[in-house]
Amino acid sequence: MIGGLFIYNHKGEVLISRVYRDDIGRNAVDAFRVNVIHARQQVRSPVTNIARTSFFHVKRSNIWLAAVTKQNVNAAMVFEFLYKMCDVMAAYFGKVSEENIKNNFVLIYELLDEILDFGYPQNSETGALKTFITQQGIKGQTKEEQSQITSQVTGQIGWRREGIKYRRNELFLDVLESVNLLMSPQGQVLSAHVSGRVVMKSYLSGMPECKFGMNDKIVIDKAGKGGVTDEVGKSDLGGGGSTSGKQSIAIDDCTFNQCVRLSKFDSERSISFIPPDGEYELMRYRTTKDIILPFRVIPLVREVGRTKLEVKVVIKSNFKPSLLAQKIEVRIPTPLNTSGVQVICMKGKAKYKASENAIVWKIKRMAGMKESQISAEIELLPTNDKKKWARPPISMNFEVPFAPSGLKVRYLKVFESKLNYSDHDVVKWVRYIGRSGIYETRC
Amino acid sequence: MKWRKKYFSACFYLFLSLVPLQENRQFGSKMTDSKYFTTTKKGEIFELKAELNSDKKEKKKEAVKKVIASMTVGKDVSALFPDVVNCMQTDNLELKKLVYLYLMNYAKSQPDMAIMAVNTFVKDCEDPNPLIRALAVRTMGCIRVDKITEYLCEPLRKCLKDEDPYVRKTAAVCVAKLHDINAQLVEDQGFLDTLKDLISDSNPMVVANAVAALSEIAESHPNSNLLDLNPQSINKLLTALNECTEWGQIFILDCLANYTPRDDRESQSICERVTPRLSHANSAVVLSAVKVLMKFMEMLPKDLDYYGTLLKKLAPPLVTLLSAEPELQYVALRNINLIVQKRPEILKHEMKVFFVKYNDPIYVKLEKLDIMIRLASQANIAQVLAELKEYATEVDVDFVRKAVRAIGRCAIKVEQSAERCVSTLLDLIQTKVNYVVQEAIVVIKDIFRKYPNKYESVIATLCENLDSLDEPEARAAMIWIVGEYAERIDNADELLESFLEGFHDESTQVQLQLLTAIVKLFLKKPTETQELVQQVLSLATQDSDNPDLRDRGYIYWRLLSTDPVAAKEVVLAEKPLISEETDLIEPTLLEELICHIGTLASVYHKPPSAFVEGSRGVMHKRLPARTGSGEGTECPDVGNAAGGSAPEAAPSIIPSQGDLLGDLLNLDLPAVLCNILIMSKLNSSLLSPQLGGDIGGSPAMGAGFGAAPTVMPASLNAPVGGGLGDLFDLGGGVGMPMGAYIPPKTVWLPAMKAKGLEISGTFARRAGVIQMELVLTNKAMSVMTDFAIQFNRNSFGLAPAGPLQVLTPLGPNQTIEVSLPLSTVGPVMKMDPLNNLQVAVKNNIDVFYFSCQYPISMLFVEDGKMERQVFLATWKDIPNDNESQFQIQDCHLNSEAASNKLQGSNIFTIAKRTVEGQDMLYMSIKLSNGIWVLAELKVQAGNPNYTISLKCRAPEVSQCVFQCYEAVLKN
Repeated sequence: MIGGLFIYNHKGEVLISRVYRDDIGRNAVDAFRVNVIHARQQVRSPVTNIARTSFFHVKRSNIWLAAVTKQNVNAAMVFEFLYKMCDVMAAYFGKVSEENIKNNFVLIYELLDEILDFGYPQNSETGALKTFITQQGIKGQTKEEQSQITSQVTGQIGWRREGIKYRRNELFLDVLESVNLLMSPQGQVLSAHVSGRVVMKSYLSGMPECKFGMNDKIVIDKAGKGGVTDEVGKSDLGGGGSTSGKQSIAIDDCTFNQCVRLSKFDSERSISFIPPDGEYELMRYRTTKDIILPFRVIPLVREVGRTKLEVKVVIKSNFKPSLLAQKIEVRIPTPLNTSGVQVICMKGKAKYKASENAIVWKIKRMAGMKESQISAEIELLPTNDKKKWARPPISMNFEVPFAPSGLKVRYLKVFESKLNYSDHDVVKWVRYIGRSGIYETRC
Repeated sequence: MKWRKKYFSACFYLFLSLVPLQENRQFGSKMTDSKYFTTTKKGEIFELKAELNSDKKEKKKEAVKKVIASMTVGKDVSALFPDVVNCMQTDNLELKKLVYLYLMNYAKSQPDMAIMAVNTFVKDCEDPNPLIRALAVRTMGCIRVDKITEYLCEPLRKCLKDEDPYVRKTAAVCVAKLHDINAQLVEDQGFLDTLKDLISDSNPMVVANAVAALSEIAESHPNSNLLDLNPQSINKLLTALNECTEWGQIFILDCLANYTPRDDRESQSICERVTPRLSHANSAVVLSAVKVLMKFMEMLPKDLDYYGTLLKKLAPPLVTLLSAEPELQYVALRNINLIVQKRPEILKHEMKVFFVKYNDPIYVKLEKLDIMIRLASQANIAQVLAELKEYATEVDVDFVRKAVRAIGRCAIKVEQSAERCVSTLLDLIQTKVNYVVQEAIVVIKDIFRKYPNKYESVIATLCENLDSLDEPEARAAMIWIVGEYAERIDNADELLESFLEGFHDESTQVQLQLLTAIVKLFLKKPTETQELVQQVLSLATQDSDNPDLRDRGYIYWRLLSTDPVAAKEVVLAEKPLISEETDLIEPTLLEELICHIGTLASVYHKPPSAFVEGSRGVMHKRLPARTGSGEGTECPDVGNAAGGSAPEAAPSIIPSQGDLLGDLLNLDLPAVLCNILIMSKLNSSLLSPQLGGDIGGSPAMGAGFGAAPTVMPASLNAPVGGGLGDLFDLGGGVGMPMGAYIPPKTVWLPAMKAKGLEISGTFARRAGVIQMELVLTNKAMSVMTDFAIQFNRNSFGLAPAGPLQVLTPLGPNQTIEVSLPLSTVGPVMKMDPLNNLQVAVKNNIDVFYFSCQYPISMLFVEDGKMERQVFLATWKDIPNDNESQFQIQDCHLNSEAASNKLQGSNIFTIAKRTVEGQDMLYMSIKLSNGIWVLAELKVQAGNPNYTISLKCRAPEVSQCVFQCYEAVLKN
């Protein structure tokens, strides 16, 4: 198991050091600094073995987190734990930065004592942790409160406490998708996938039982075969604004928050759960079929002699004309020996950024089924470098108000038998946002 | 503002000055904890002491915080121990936790004072607040002081049965802590049984922690049946799996993976209950579930519908892992690499997800590339090639090289694509980027091997780049090509001659290749190249001190001079095909690694014993063999057969590792198989001169030659067969002193295998004392010190009689000769070959292993002359089955001289008889362990061939004794 956990700043100074196992000595702290933080080359592996001691490291802005062990630990678990540790810290004091860590080091030690025992990760749900790690002592608690805390921390529903009350029961669903594309210069899709997340903000009283439904092909086909018309399909949550007319989507794979009953999903493909309070990620999913690619990039690069490049890039929006894409940015890489650039674009603003070796073309808004064009002349300094310019791909950023996978929320039903509110009393909101992930076209 | 000056170091000043001063008290104190990270001042400890003893609670707490901050930065604040412990008695939980933190760090250094804390702990374990009870038992387990552990037992016993699950789950972990400090105590106190009971606890988290603790304890007791997994307990675990936290699920799944179901039905039912975990958001849960499924799948019949369903279910979650954060992607990719090797069918349609993204970290890119090559097939080769071509223009040198190499691998793997691959490689060569060209040439050589007489038209293009090659591997590849196709290259002799100029500056790889290539050239165009071949042979045999090169040179020389036709048959023989798959993990290791999916072992692709110290993880895990529940089993397929025979196969793949480790552990050795590697290297380079040592790496060939029984790696140390003996003659040998035979010194450990330390040596017997004569040469840049030597158990119990006497540090380029007296009273284990000796040498840099063979004559003792009568009786007494006959060829001594020469090595002639012109010599030898060897040597005047019969009660030694005869007589 994890033998120790260290947090360093970018200079390699130790901010937090907590050792759980006897086999990890103080010299391990220095070994990591010398061999990884101060190493000249970039990180070639996130797991480094120094003198038979393994270091798992992640970097968050300027901060290094390193877990140390001498055993054959579960490597995936260690990384998951390090990410979780960052989440917990962020939930307590915001950004994981040197200042914040120094300001909260006592709290961090307290957290580390609680969520890692002898190197075994323990309950690390912030919802539960915040009930008893508060930095203000828990002196005033009654006996009932204490046992409620412990049963929650160790309980089956460790992510939610009892007795939550809201005057207005409300929930928000955000379907957030990032669409990834790699396209050849000729316009052939080399790979494309959507990775999506359903984020829920729940403000519900009691211990509500929820059931979530979407236009999952397997469920709909099954219902269709049974000959039962699906009433919930007409629910007020449908019709997010996707341009596609298709009824259902094929989901390659999905993963769920720990509140979802996985065995039920496996047998019936129904998603049922008791949600944590507040904001959390209900599920993640991935689709690769029938993806709506919101933009198409058509590059044209021509080398004119040895000192000049002509670049022309056309972008076409490919969705309903009534919808608007926002925050569009096209990044056209330029060679390292660029000496000057002239750009002309029909729409938006374009600038050559020498420090980033790219022409950045920004368009605030663009409706569907439109196209726009940029052309640039790039002057090059003559060089002796034999190696050809690697021609990095042209990348794009954007945001569109629909789900490129075609996913639609069909219903989210809430049942709370003990309290007197019903599914109809809950105010529900749903919103779809499609963003670019790695959206690249080779040129 | 006095305090501000005191606490603020320069770097925090700027930040703190931004904090509004009117912040309320509580919030303010929280926002400014960073002030505790200050630079040391004189008298700081003294001030802290005063503050710790202050009456004001707030001040006390502030002081403890400062102490903890100093501790974090690595300052020694142990002097404050009594003062901090005094603050322990408090009802402020935050302060209590801080004091506990301090205690955990310093208790070990101040054991006597730590006792002061015991009372508070014991009291806290009875506190009405379960959080405090748990805190006390958790902290107490972290204090590794014997006296405190004694007091821990009673509170721990109570806490294990506490009414509150939070306390029980903490106590469960505490048992593991206590076990780590004092295993005996835990057993004596019966905590293990209590822990086992917790597996049936009603609370899932208690179950999970109990499982984790038991699993870890079980690891250090490999043979105990601690976890006692049976269908009932498995059922309990599977129930808890649905209810506990993500971490708990990992503990339970990892534990399940150690279970072996009784039959395929049970296996299937467990798989069915584990598959839902594949949809968990936590990647570690997913990977651990994959591990369980991969393992239990082995037991399912392949025609079962469920088997197919399961295979299909595995792919999507594995692909999803690739959208995790990069570090997890890396872990996932290393594991997928194993899974693809074990069950390629799972991901065969998922090639695209392994395409490299421009912004992937380099470690992700390299791993993806590896998997792409493994998945490449006729169906997807076009796409793969297009991708690889893109990658070959990227920035990172390692990545580009690997991409170029991958193109070559594709050509070899998918025949249909070979042509396109070759043209892609030619395009890349045109870029003239140095490392791309070199890498391309190396792979084109392999393509030629795979598809002879197909792509030779490109040779001209390759030759254009001859001058730019500066890496040994590329130079060797180019030389191989020139030699192989010498008849089609008009100026092959000129090209090869150009390399010859700097022959001695080349690396061994290039030298060997050049030697072979020129011999090939000579055999193909004998008329013009006679001078060239003589030049290279003399360079290799006379001017080189590399034994590999010399030996190969002699073999060629002799071949060419005795029988050029035979030479042609040998050197230009048809080459065996090269394998399509390269870099495959050896099957038994792969099986073991599959059992470790998700763990560090799967990331390193090494068994845990290779990087974990002590007894933990030394246990080798295996996949279960398929056991049908009765009817309807199909015939075992290849995969199962491998699984079934694994236990027997294991020792041959990781031989003597256990012994080495067991015997030499006190040297703190990493379990490397150096000695074996060295041996196989010698083997292949000696046996496959016509192939070039570098090709010997492909598994097919390795296997073929490794099995050749007649040639022993020792042939470089001690002359073996007649042929080799002659070769040594040719070389002039080494001047022989009279008396005992001492073989020439040979390199046992080349510098490149031992971080710059080169060891050569020989064995001698001087005045009845066996000596190992070593020459240590430091070819590294830094000074070497702290030498030590140790032997593995061996056939005759050889052991160092004293320490290795290297008194002065060995500077760079320095050489030292040491002679190490040996005794024969060490532990005995039969080795194969009998006179093999495995040696470990340690210095300040690392531990190195090598193996060498000693001439058995070293063990012939001085009082080995047997009485005539005894000899006669013994000769008759030993059954005829134990007699073995050998021929010694080309020996031109008469019987008198032979007898004298042998006597020098303690081989005593007892009687001599002359029958029909034949001299019959009867001789006796006594080995250091009391074994007698009787010999009859027939010497015929005028006949250079001797016949020797050996009789011995332990006939195994005969072969070695014969070798000695030969060595002694010919030197």
